[in-house]
Amino acid sequence: MTYEAVIGLETHVQLRTRTKMWCGCANEYGAEANTNVCPVCIGLPGVLPVPNAEALRKTALAGMLLNCDVPSYAKWDRKNYFYPDNPKNYQLTQLDFPSTIEGFVEFEFGEGIERVRINRAHLEEDVGKSTHFSDYSGVDFNRAGVPLLEIVTEPDLTDADMAYDYLNALKAILEYGGVSDCNMEKGQVRCDVNISVRPIGQTELGEKVEIKNMNSFSGVRRAASYEIERQIGVLREGGTLVQETRRWDDAVGITESMRTKEDAHDYRYFPDPDLMPHTPSEEWIAEVRASVMELPLARKQRLMADYQLPASDAEVFVGDAALGDYFEVAAKGAKNPKAVANWVMNNLQAKLTETGGSTADLKFESSAIGELVRLVEDSKINSRIAQDVFSEMFESGKAPAVIVEEKGLSQVSDSAELEAFCNEAIEANPGPAQDFRNGKETALNFLKGQVMKASCGKANPQMVGELLKKILGS
Amino acid sequence: MREDLQHAVKLARIELSAEEEERLGSQLGDILKYVDKLNELDVEGVEPTAHAVPLTNVLREDEPRESLSHEAAMRNAPKTSNGLFIVPKIVE
Repeated sequence: MTYEAVIGLETHVQLRTRTKMWCGCANEYGAEANTNVCPVCIGLPGVLPVPNAEALRKTALAGMLLNCDVPSYAKWDRKNYFYPDNPKNYQLTQLDFPSTIEGFVEFEFGEGIERVRINRAHLEEDVGKSTHFSDYSGVDFNRAGVPLLEIVTEPDLTDADMAYDYLNALKAILEYGGVSDCNMEKGQVRCDVNISVRPIGQTELGEKVEIKNMNSFSGVRRAASYEIERQIGVLREGGTLVQETRRWDDAVGITESMRTKEDAHDYRYFPDPDLMPHTPSEEWIAEVRASVMELPLARKQRLMADYQLPASDAEVFVGDAALGDYFEVAAKGAKNPKAVANWVMNNLQAKLTETGGSTADLKFESSAIGELVRLVEDSKINSRIAQDVFSEMFESGKAPAVIVEEKGLSQVSDSAELEAFCNEAIEANPGPAQDFRNGKETALNFLKGQVMKASCGKANPQMVGELLKKILGS
Repeated sequence: MREDLQHAVKLARIELSAEEEERLGSQLGDILKYVDKLNELDVEGVEPTAHAVPLTNVLREDEPRESLSHEAAMRNAPKTSNGLFIVPKIVE
């Protein structure tokens, strides 16, 4: 019998806000332990939490980027459980009326585009961070109350690689939207993986195993891949699977059962009495919607279609949005956008890296790179000279045509003039000239180099090659 | 009823003596019976109410405010070390 895997992911992402969800303490990573804390976020009695408007905006924006609806009513619920990193003994979350619902993410997988449905993206709060010592544990509440977006997929993923690609696509979308920095090292993204397997053709889902608290995408891929094999193995040997929570041991590369008490999941949710519902108006939703930007995949596809760029170039401009925006302005009306892309990705980016500047600091007009490309294409200058012109553009901000004119860099395509250069080079270097006549093709390059040198790089290299061959061949 | 009580006791992380269990169990029973009266109402078609106060969208802007001093935050902690609240070892 052949089996298929069914995977659903719950991804927790810290929102990029200045302050925490319910209080004005800084949402900041790496501060001294227990310094970004106040009575609200360490759960002292008698305090009143007040929701962060920016977190609600970012949540709605994230929802829109994930093609979710933003309902006109959302509320807060208490999820009750005892744990040392949970100071109030309940976590504030959205149970039955989340801020965003029912969307989807499209991402590249293999040769095609895959779509995974999103059940919901709701807002909740992060908990404190525990450090474990030999005889006791220590808790830092700086992270407690940081706004946390939980993105829940439908069980649409069918293998470990697909889960991995989905997570990367999700991360790219959230980073693009400025919703979260998604810094894995800082623990800003954490993931619970739900996995079951079933015989192909069966519609009913198998027993679900949850692997909690994964903090790397490659870990998710390894764990999912292992767990799928394990479950199929159990069924093949005639065993049965039970619904359980398992832990991924990355060092050993296995999942192991976490013995949890039966009533551990009795969370006794109820509406939080301190927090009033959020009822976003149409104007509020429209305002958030106005900040929706083009998604990474859409941008990539558009750059490939509109500018005939190869996928790898388009990906560079998706990864560095500012550079991509600059490219689009520079390539406006260009006959050969790919050549413009090369200049932007190679020369411009190198210069910017060198000077530590950004495209906003550039002295030359955005159309200048397109003009430079045209000068080369029209054989006004050769590509070697174009490099010098570019450097000069970068320094002075002058237009390429002006630089060529001022410095007398126009390519020499006058055959009489070039022939003189060629004859000089042959006379001065009888050895290589003879080598070429004897059939050593590479000797031509040496002579060509001499001509280029003599012409201060201005000779039309193609014509020089042809002329040299003609002279030596006769 | 006895099972309900034991479940609630477990969730609340408290311990009851046999005498307390007896007394509180009977009190809890009375409370539940009283609340059960609500079931006499026909609430068919009535949306569950999360809040009785007619307020929505009570929000604050994302402006930082001074936090507690570290010393003040730790003042009531039974045990601290290296700036952390010390708790019994968490075993998962």
